[in-house]
Amino acid sequence: MIASVLIAVTRFIVGGHARWQGCAPEARQRIYFANHSSHLDTIILWAALPKDLRATTHPVAARDYWGKGSLRRFIALRVLNAVLVDRDGGADPLAPLRAALNAGDSLILFPEGTRGTEAEPRRFKSGLHRLAADYPAAELVPVHLTNLARAYPKGAILPAPIICTASFGGPIALAPGETKPAFLERARKAVIAAGEVA
Amino acid sequence: MTDEMIVLLGGVFALLLVASCAGFVLARRATSEGARATVANLNDRIKAWWAMVAIFAVAFLVGKEMTLVLFALTSFFCLREFLSITPTRPEDHRAVAVAFYLFIPLQYWLIADGWQTLFAILIPVWAFLLLPVLAVLKGETGDFLPRTARIQWALMLTVYCISHAPALLILKFPDYAGQNFLLLFFLITVVQLSDVLQYVFGKLFGKHPVAPRVSPSKTWEGLIGGGLAATGVGAGLWWITPFAPWQAGAMALAIVLAGFCGGLVLSAVKRSLGAKDWGTMIEGHGGVLDRMDSVSFAAPVFFHLTNYFFAM
Repeated sequence: MIASVLIAVTRFIVGGHARWQGCAPEARQRIYFANHSSHLDTIILWAALPKDLRATTHPVAARDYWGKGSLRRFIALRVLNAVLVDRDGGADPLAPLRAALNAGDSLILFPEGTRGTEAEPRRFKSGLHRLAADYPAAELVPVHLTNLARAYPKGAILPAPIICTASFGGPIALAPGETKPAFLERARKAVIAAGEVA
Repeated sequence: MTDEMIVLLGGVFALLLVASCAGFVLARRATSEGARATVANLNDRIKAWWAMVAIFAVAFLVGKEMTLVLFALTSFFCLREFLSITPTRPEDHRAVAVAFYLFIPLQYWLIADGWQTLFAILIPVWAFLLLPVLAVLKGETGDFLPRTARIQWALMLTVYCISHAPALLILKFPDYAGQNFLLLFFLITVVQLSDVLQYVFGKLFGKHPVAPRVSPSKTWEGLIGGGLAATGVGAGLWWITPFAPWQAGAMALAIVLAGFCGGLVLSAVKRSLGAKDWGTMIEGHGGVLDRMDSVSFAAPVFFHLTNYFFAM
């Protein structure tokens, strides 16, 4: 019920429709990774997925933002099904992610770590590489989120009604012998490429 | 609901019924690949027309407030489409948000309130001055003039211009009290019928494009044939307006010409932004603004002509 309201509001203000270009929406284990420029990213990507996939897909969200305040926390945990992580490290920041993957579920990841202000995504953090190495069965799907920095930039109070889309690119996989920096750069390029197809 | 309204809506429904039947027959007879695509698009358009007419009919029947809400939503969707494909920057966010959340409701509230003087200057004066101030506070000077101009243009076309259609409801004419809805019906019918008839005449006889680089589908044959037919229908609707038959014809001609210019200018804007359609919201037509481009030019022209020559 709350999920439907959130989706209706999202559609009305910022659209948030999906473009499945490199793959189809399928019920298999996936790690969706996308560029990050707005707090709306999580909601847009979540809303772009079909309903049945939403139930088994967990956005990875920063505890210092989504864990704050009871409303945000409620939306993150109960509506978005999010997995909260500590950005400042801790013992193993990836532990909650592994737990979700071990359960056979999918993840939504923003490998830049924090919201960028540039048109192109910044350097990816290493978490994606570690998960790719540890969970070879999970498909890695690059997603490009368009217009979010204009619709809801850092520091804005309300999202402006500008249509945002989530473009899903073709899956990538960690190649045998591929180094971490090479893989992370290739993943970053895949996100950019997903946004370029018309 | 007046007797005239029943007759008019009945007429529109009859017209749509004929169009749907024609579309059905054409779909059976289309043989080539190209013809099938054209007919499929035609039938999508006709289906969308049913929905649009139904929405308008309900708003008209419920009354002024509902009609204003409908036009405000139309402006909202048009502005959203316009700004979504216009390269604004994150630094423009505040100006864009204020355009949506302040100026759309305010502009339509002024019509509801009947405050005609402020309605006429709100966006050309107050928004014009306020929006660049909001953007300049962010300190980003790159592309400042084009960025400011884009937002102002978007607001003028999609909110200010379109709001002149329902603003017809606040004009006062001698011996015409309570009938302004008919005038709004007259405007919308002539604009949209002109678009449809230009499309039909263009498809049937179109050879010489008016501005091939801007819009290859707009032809002289379509403009003249469709425009004259729509003018004729407008003249025939004189009995629902405060005009004499020849005046209704002249008004319809002004609407047709302004609407054509609107379609052409907005096509050029669209092309300069690298898009073919404004959006995907209306099946077969493209975006809402693809349907409202002619209204955005025709509404202010018709509003001011009627206001100047006929209103009290």
